[in-house]
Amino acid sequence: MSDAAIILEARDVQKRFGAVVAAQDINIKVGLGEKLSLIGANGAGKTTFMNIVTGYLKPDAGSIHFDGLDVTKLNPRQLTRRGVCRSFQIPQLYEPMTALENLLVAIGTSNQAFSLLRPARDAAVLDQGHALLKRFGLEGYAERKVSELPGGVRKLLDIAMALVRRPKVLLLDEPTSGVSVDEKFPLMETVMEALSEEEVTVIFVEHDMEIVTRYSDRVLAFYQGQVIADDDPGEVLADKAVQKYVTGTAKADAVEEEAGA
Amino acid sequence: MHASTKRTCLAGLIAVILLVLAGFVFQHWQTWILFTATKAIGYGLVALGIITLMRGGLVSFGQGLVYCTGAYASGLMATRLGVTDAPVLLVVGMLASALLALIVSPLIARYRGIFFAMLTVALSMVLYGVLVKMNAIGGSDGFTLPEPTFLGWQPSVDYADLALYLLAAVVAVVASTATRLYYDSMAGLVALAVRENELRVEYLGSSVFKVTVRHFTIAGALGGLGGTLNGMALGHIDPLFSFWTTSGEFVFIAVLAGYISVSAVFLSAMILELVRSFSNLYFPETWQLILGGFLIVVIVFLPGGIGSFWERVKEGRAARAQAEQEEGAGS
Amino acid sequence: MEFADILTILVDGVVYASWLFIVALGLTLIFGVLQILNLAHGSLYAVGAYAAASFTMLVPYFGLPPAFSLLAMLIAALAVALVLAPILERGLLRLFYGRDEVLILLVTYAVFLVLEDVTKLVWGVQPYYVFEPRNLFGNVEIGQLFYVGYDLMLIVLAAICGLAVWLGLNKTTTGKVVLAVIHNPDVSACMGVRVNWIYLLAFFVGVFLAALAGAYTAPLISVQPGISVNVIILSFAVVIIGGLGSIPGAAIGALVVGIARAAAVYEFPEAEIFIIYLVMAIVLVFRPEGLFQRTQARKI
Repeated sequence: MSDAAIILEARDVQKRFGAVVAAQDINIKVGLGEKLSLIGANGAGKTTFMNIVTGYLKPDAGSIHFDGLDVTKLNPRQLTRRGVCRSFQIPQLYEPMTALENLLVAIGTSNQAFSLLRPARDAAVLDQGHALLKRFGLEGYAERKVSELPGGVRKLLDIAMALVRRPKVLLLDEPTSGVSVDEKFPLMETVMEALSEEEVTVIFVEHDMEIVTRYSDRVLAFYQGQVIADDDPGEVLADKAVQKYVTGTAKADAVEEEAGA
Repeated sequence: MHASTKRTCLAGLIAVILLVLAGFVFQHWQTWILFTATKAIGYGLVALGIITLMRGGLVSFGQGLVYCTGAYASGLMATRLGVTDAPVLLVVGMLASALLALIVSPLIARYRGIFFAMLTVALSMVLYGVLVKMNAIGGSDGFTLPEPTFLGWQPSVDYADLALYLLAAVVAVVASTATRLYYDSMAGLVALAVRENELRVEYLGSSVFKVTVRHFTIAGALGGLGGTLNGMALGHIDPLFSFWTTSGEFVFIAVLAGYISVSAVFLSAMILELVRSFSNLYFPETWQLILGGFLIVVIVFLPGGIGSFWERVKEGRAARAQAEQEEGAGS
Repeated sequence: MEFADILTILVDGVVYASWLFIVALGLTLIFGVLQILNLAHGSLYAVGAYAAASFTMLVPYFGLPPAFSLLAMLIAALAVALVLAPILERGLLRLFYGRDEVLILLVTYAVFLVLEDVTKLVWGVQPYYVFEPRNLFGNVEIGQLFYVGYDLMLIVLAAICGLAVWLGLNKTTTGKVVLAVIHNPDVSACMGVRVNWIYLLAFFVGVFLAALAGAYTAPLISVQPGISVNVIILSFAVVIIGGLGSIPGAAIGALVVGIARAAAVYEFPEAEIFIIYLVMAIVLVFRPEGLFQRTQARKI
């Protein structure tokens, strides 16, 4: 940790919604190039953390630092421009447009010089769009309206759009949710393969522990707005508190023991 | 130059030639059409502004504000300063309205849906209220404009309508070509994305606020052009230019046209003017009844407007082509 | 400014506010329940005024005493609502539920256009004068000045309407159901609420209130084409100042507009129309959802 440069840091972040504690004493340092996964039950504070990091929510106290700068007060747009990009649990796409057009929009927002004068379907832009589609294995869907596309494809497109700006930190909110079980691994495989060409720090929320184990090199476990474990996947998943509050494996084991006895 | 840019400019050039030819034909055949067409172009320009706003997900129900501002700015220029040159007046009207829109837009860019629509109505009605009471510039009667000149040339009475129509046609084509190029540009595509999902646009790093300000200012400039043009066509302007029912007609044209096609705007404006002329002639008492009924029919049966009709034809052709291709591949 | 002037402005303003409140109450109710901003609301007011003009003419025709014209006006408003509410809501607006709210705004604009000409076709373009009922209550002296008793009766009528709608919504079972539909029509439908009936009911009451205001203000004005246009802009100003969908908001908005207008008429007659729109624009700029609504934060 100490030898890697710190790209993102949360210091004493607090957030409440009425009586609900969504974030309490969150202190996290993320190193450049890390693959970090966030686990925890629904309502444990994972998405709140993401929303605070991307500037959608402002913390009640504490601060967020990105690349050595305090970015707590910035909004999502400003953070996106600095290189903190995200995908969404429910893909946020332009439904009546085609997959290619969705990417053209993303390319348009990432390169705004002379955007009034440059045609949207310029050859260079189209090439960039097609290249991105190819990287995510979506060439076949280029001219299809996204409202007609299957869930997994929509997820990939959503992530591809977030990648257009070549972010330094990429946050993926439940990349495999809403995707059938046998599609999950191929999807993550595609994403990680596409990301391998970038020097990008990835933070993703995930409920499937196999995916967490395989694709992250560090895990944060959330419980009631607090980080209760922060280590490599093996250690975190073996943690008693994590087993009790997050994965539920402790309870399952107890049940098995009882059944055996 | 990009191929699509070339195509758009070429289409504009052809449109100018056709419109000019049509002008000379109607001058010798049905002269009244020229006046109607000029007015339709004036209305169409304002509606083009609404369509630009619609592409960003907003509808203004108060474009009378910029329509009236353009008409009054250029009208006062003509009566007070004696400038009667039509192209100069058009530029003055356009700039005055664009400036007003630019000043107002940061205030209203925070709102959406009916709140945006009603705030624009409120602003246009403020202007209406002010003008009605400003007796120095005619109060509710408004004032009459001098005959326009064209770069120093004063056409004879017989050719006055033709001259103004030709200018209007050129302005309409230049304005629509420019708007089309904007719609097809990178920034235009991003603006269309605003309509679908603002959240994502912000998360991609673009400012929805800026898009709205830009659109409202463009709509202001187009509204100013339309107001100036109609002021010159009618020879008289009054505060009703800013009344909410006037704005309602602009929205009518925009809805009839849909936001996909630029030329459909002028077609629907012409349809509206023709329907107005005929019902004034044959059913003078029921013009609004016809307009209202027509509007409901359009909303029910052609929700995407006339422009979507062409889009559907195009899609149908593309689908057929694809089907044939697949058939060919299969055999 | 002397005390008498202030009193005059206040009384005039409150009288003006009272009928405006009745119109705005209907507008705000329709918006609250159906999420429709009804641009044809002013036309419904106008139809109410015309109907009242026709109905009150029947009173001397049947040899009834003049006091019956008050009843005739009520029946006129009821008749307008019974005829127009089902036609408009079931026959037209229903087709557009769930569509873009601006689109529905446009549909009501079309209805406004149609009703404008229909009233002209039915009642002609000549003005109607319904002065008779205005003499029913004599004059009332307030601080050395005399006011027409009928005008003050409008204040009572407005209070009754406001109270009735408020009680109806908050104290009756049907009212609770309406509130449930406002909160979530889909869930209400799943619970067995006949949402369609609630929509029709709310629209009916809204139309009735507009027609009622038109009927009872008919004696104060000359009933002629164009009154609808004025009323719709005024009542919009009221609900937007007060906050769309809020009953106390409509009351406050009506008072603000009524008194601002009365003050303008006495002090700066040249600013009469302008001042109302100005107040509305200022309120919208600082409190976009009106004085009485929680400002809902947009997502970005």
